[in-house]
Amino acid sequence: MHKDPVAVAVVERVKGAVAADSHGQTVVHIPREAWREAVQFLKEEQQFTQCSDLTAVDQLLRPDRPLPAGVERERFEVVANLLSHPRNRRIRFICQVPDGGEVESLFELFSGTELPEREVYDLLGVRFSGHPDLTRLLMPDDWEGHPLRKDDAPARVPVQFKEAQAPR
Amino acid sequence: MTTTQSGGLSPRDLVLGPEAWPESDETMIINLGPQHPSTHGVLRVVLELEGETVLRAKPVIGYLHTGMEKTGEQLTYVQGPTNVTRMDYAAPLFNELVYSMAVERLLDLELPPRATWIRMLMCELNRVASHLLFLATNGMDLGAISMMLYGWRERELVLAFFEKVTGLRMNHNYIRPGGVAADLPPGWEDDVGEICEVVPKGVAEYDEILTENPIWLERTVGIGLITTEQALALGATGPILRSTGMPWDLRKAQPYLAYDQVDFDVIYTENGDTFDRYRIRLYEIAESLKIVRQCLERMPSGDYRIQDRKVTPPPRARIDESMEALIHHFKIFTEGFKVPAGEVYTAVENPRGELGCYLVSDGSGRPYRMHIRGASFYNLQTLSTMVQGGLVADGIAIISSIDPIMGDVDR
Repeated sequence: MHKDPVAVAVVERVKGAVAADSHGQTVVHIPREAWREAVQFLKEEQQFTQCSDLTAVDQLLRPDRPLPAGVERERFEVVANLLSHPRNRRIRFICQVPDGGEVESLFELFSGTELPEREVYDLLGVRFSGHPDLTRLLMPDDWEGHPLRKDDAPARVPVQFKEAQAPR
Repeated sequence: MTTTQSGGLSPRDLVLGPEAWPESDETMIINLGPQHPSTHGVLRVVLELEGETVLRAKPVIGYLHTGMEKTGEQLTYVQGPTNVTRMDYAAPLFNELVYSMAVERLLDLELPPRATWIRMLMCELNRVASHLLFLATNGMDLGAISMMLYGWRERELVLAFFEKVTGLRMNHNYIRPGGVAADLPPGWEDDVGEICEVVPKGVAEYDEILTENPIWLERTVGIGLITTEQALALGATGPILRSTGMPWDLRKAQPYLAYDQVDFDVIYTENGDTFDRYRIRLYEIAESLKIVRQCLERMPSGDYRIQDRKVTPPPRARIDESMEALIHHFKIFTEGFKVPAGEVYTAVENPRGELGCYLVSDGSGRPYRMHIRGASFYNLQTLSTMVQGGLVADGIAIISSIDPIMGDVDR
C-alpha cells in the first residue's frame, strides 16, 4: 500500500496503474490506454487543478532500467507532473509509449498542454491523438527527425556559413 | 469567445495556417513579429483581425531554439549550470538554482545554512532585477519611454552587485550543485544595504509616475482579462495567476531554501488585467527587498558549499601544496561526479512563475535527460485568451504584461 492517498485512489480506479516513489515524490505508472482517463480522474475527483509540466524521455539506451513490477518497458516515457492547488500536493504520471505509438492528448482537460505536447512531438516524435494542431513547434517545419531522440546524433546536419569556403 | 470544457484555449484558436485563411476580405491574417520591438525578442504572433479588433491570435515560437535540453545531456553535472543559466536570461540564478536542487535531491545532499541563505539573498535580488526589467520594458511598450531609463538605472545597481559577487552581470554560473561558487565578497553588506535603500525610492517614483496616471490606467485597466479557471487550465503561474485572485506562490505553498524562516507576503489582486499584473510586480519588489533585509541581518556564518569531497573541489590554496588536491580538482572539473540513477522534479518560484526541472539520471556523470519547465513557455499560452476581442494596440500591452523571456520559451 502506497502512503500517498492520491496514488492509492488512482491505483484503485485505473486498471493496471502502479504506484511508486522516487526521492520522496509520488510517481504512478499509467497504462497507455488509460492515460487520459487517469488524468481526468485526478482533475474531476481529486481536485487536481493544473498540469504543471508535460514532457517525455527517450529510454532507448536504458532497456534494463529499474521499473516497478507490472510495468512493461517501452522506448518512450511520457511524463506529466500534476499539481493540486487546494490540496497543495503534486503527483507524477508516467506512461510507456513504444516507438511510433500514440498517446491520448490532454488538451481537453488542461488546454495548457497544447504547447508541451507539440514540443514532445517535435523533439521526440511521440504523437498525441486528439491534439488539435500537432505540428512542429521549435524546429523548422521541414526538419527531418526528432533531435531529442537518443539515436539522433548532434551535429548530424553540417553547418554551412554563407560565403565560407566549402569543406575540402 | 469560444471556450472548451477546461477553459482557456479552444481548438479553433490554434489553426491559423493557410487552410484557415478567410475567404471573404472582411477579416485578415497578419504577422506581428518576430522582428517587432515590442515582442521581447523573437516572438511571432499570427493575428486574425477585423479592422483593429483581434479575433484570434496564435503565438509562433522556436526562433530562439538552441537545443539546450540536448546540450544538457552532453555536459557533466558540474558544467550543467552554465547551460541552464542561459535559458531565462533575465533571471539566470533561478535556472541554476532549480537545476542544482534537482541534482542535490538525486544525490541526497543537505546544504550548509550559509549556502542556502546566500542562494536566497541572490535569488531575491535577481527577482528585483527581473521585475525592474519588466517595469522598464512594460513602460516602454506602452509609450512611457522614461520608464525604460528609470528601470535600467535601479537594475544597474543590482547587476553591479552581481558582478562583484559572481564575476558576471548575467549568466553567472554561481549556484552550483553543492552550494555556491564563492563566498560573498568583503563589504557585501554595504552594497546590499545601498540596494535596499535606493531601489524602494525608485519604486516609489514609478508608483507615482504610473499607478495614478490616467493615460497609464486607460491603457491597462480592464485590458487582457483572464480568470483563475482559465489561468489554471493554461498552466499559467506567477504574477498572471496571482492577478486573478489566487494567492499561489511556491515560496509560501511549498517552501524551499529557507523561505519558511523569513517573513514576507504574497501579493495578489482580483481583476486579472494588465494593470494588476503590473501592480503585482511593482509591489513584489518591496516584498523581495524585505527578504533581502532579513538575509542581511540573519546571514549565518560557516561554509558556502557542502564539504563533501565527492562534489566539492578542494580549496584553491590546497592545490598549490598537495598533488592529491590537484588530482581531485582535475577529476571534478573534467570527469565530474556520478549521480545515482533516478528521476526527480523540482520547482521554484521564479519572477515569472513556476520554474521546474525534470532530471533523469542513469548513474553516470551526465544527465540522461534534462528538461526545464519554463514559466514563460506556459504563460505564453494565455496570450490567445487575453487578446481575443481587444485591439491590436492592447495586444502589445498584453504581450508585455505576460513578460515572456524568449530564451526560456524556446530553450
